[in-house]
Amino acid sequence: MALYSEKVMDHFRNPRNVGVIENADGIGEVGNAKCGDIMKIYLKIENDIIVDVKFETFGCGSAIASSSMATELIKGKHVSEALTLTNKAVVEALDGLPAHKIHCSVLAEEAIKKALQDYYEKNGIEYDHRQFPDCDGCSHCCGEQIKHRLDLNG
Amino acid sequence: MTKRMIYLDNAATTKMSKTAINAMLPYMDGVYGNPSSLHSVGQAAAEALANARQVIADCIGASPNEITFTSGGSEADNQAIISAARAGEKKGKKHIISTAFEHHAVLHTLKKLEREGFEVTLLDVRENGIILPEQVENAVREDTCLVTVMYANNEIGTIQPIKEIGEICRAKGIPFHTDAVQAAGHLHINVKEQNIDMLSLSAHKFHGPKGIGVLYAKKGILISNLIEGGAQERGKRAGTENIPAIMGMAAALKDACNNIDADAKKLAELRNRLISGLSEIPHSVLNGDSEKRLPGNVNFCFEGIEGESLLLLLDDKGVYASSGSACTSGSLDPSHVLLAIGRVHDIAHGSLRLSLSEENTEEEVEYTVQTVKEVVEYLRSISPVWRDLVNGKKEFLIK
Repeated sequence: MALYSEKVMDHFRNPRNVGVIENADGIGEVGNAKCGDIMKIYLKIENDIIVDVKFETFGCGSAIASSSMATELIKGKHVSEALTLTNKAVVEALDGLPAHKIHCSVLAEEAIKKALQDYYEKNGIEYDHRQFPDCDGCSHCCGEQIKHRLDLNG
Repeated sequence: MTKRMIYLDNAATTKMSKTAINAMLPYMDGVYGNPSSLHSVGQAAAEALANARQVIADCIGASPNEITFTSGGSEADNQAIISAARAGEKKGKKHIISTAFEHHAVLHTLKKLEREGFEVTLLDVRENGIILPEQVENAVREDTCLVTVMYANNEIGTIQPIKEIGEICRAKGIPFHTDAVQAAGHLHINVKEQNIDMLSLSAHKFHGPKGIGVLYAKKGILISNLIEGGAQERGKRAGTENIPAIMGMAAALKDACNNIDADAKKLAELRNRLISGLSEIPHSVLNGDSEKRLPGNVNFCFEGIEGESLLLLLDDKGVYASSGSACTSGSLDPSHVLLAIGRVHDIAHGSLRLSLSEENTEEEVEYTVQTVKEVVEYLRSISPVWRDLVNGKKEFLIK
């Protein structure tokens, strides 16, 4: 289908890092079934390095591809580096997403940030709250969430 | 291995039949005249146009002068509703009755009229997707100027009690329009017996060409123009007639109507096999009444998955279908039809519509059942929603 790039279709058809990590060091879930997208990210972290990452996604093709790509982008990285992941980087790595699917990449970024925040919380590590979305992952309503992100992006 | 090609999106559009194509060809090079021209080249086209009009009128029990050719179902719906509204407001009547799950060609036209000060009552379509005639009766007011109820729903295929609704409207002197885009060529239509004052149909839903349709308006029903210009279509629709498309439509409708019972029987058998096969998927539900539905329509919701990813994976396996998920609609909300029959958002996102044609086979249906089962199972295996449901963290909405 020409709706998506080859890269998106590849990550949709053959998603990387699908699954669950038992006793994960950080878990982040964002989205809402009402809106049609939920992403859940599991992190295994050793010495501040993301040694393993898995995801589960309920959502459209671009949601699954965005989760898959986002996990690839942070795997093996230091947590501080993973924190700098942006939805834009996910979109670029996927060779673009249709305009009305950009929110899928936003969800992927937020799911990873939420999982990292969970890791900080669980381990009592001090962190800068401003680095994280302050509206509970904006997961309460997808319409608000997109609007919110668009506002943030100016 | 070549990719399979199982087209199950015939409610979106159909492949043109050879009959329709062959009926069109002579009017692209041989008889290419403008029916409004007085010379013989033009008059040959005018004669063809008159014949096509007669054929179409016969198929729905109308008279030729009650048939107006339009660019399709949407234009016919727009024109029918706007015409009734304009006639109504002259008498101070500005109330319209319709249903919550009409096609957007109807709903958006009604929205436009609401902005002009009309009041619209959208009837609840109940869980089975079929309204009751008494709902119409109870909604009628002194100032009701139109009742518009679709013949069969485009997503869930449910068939409305058209004749009974028409009877009520006739008794109360209110014009009755039905959007029969999904029904024409697939269900018996007789505008006289069914008390229909206006009806819309579209050729590409019954193996005719795209971009051509019909507005039937009973003699005496005042039609106003949407498109101004020449005197074509008795002055009701300007623009040189699309003769090849009209010829294709007439041939396709005649063909469909000649075979209507045999086709319906064949399709219903395939449909019922799809329904029984897909019902074996746990936590799935058929949308719309199981019997009073179009012979070729199947529509399911599967809990825990999202429709667009389902469609993409089915496409990979050669099954071409449709969904009412938000992701496929381009908006944030899932199908208004599924919401109207009471499916909540979470469930409506996981919908699948399969719409059959006469060309589909039993073998294709078996392959489709098997393929949908596999794809649903896979998508559930990667879905956090499904995990929560299975682990009892969330309650199943579909038992």
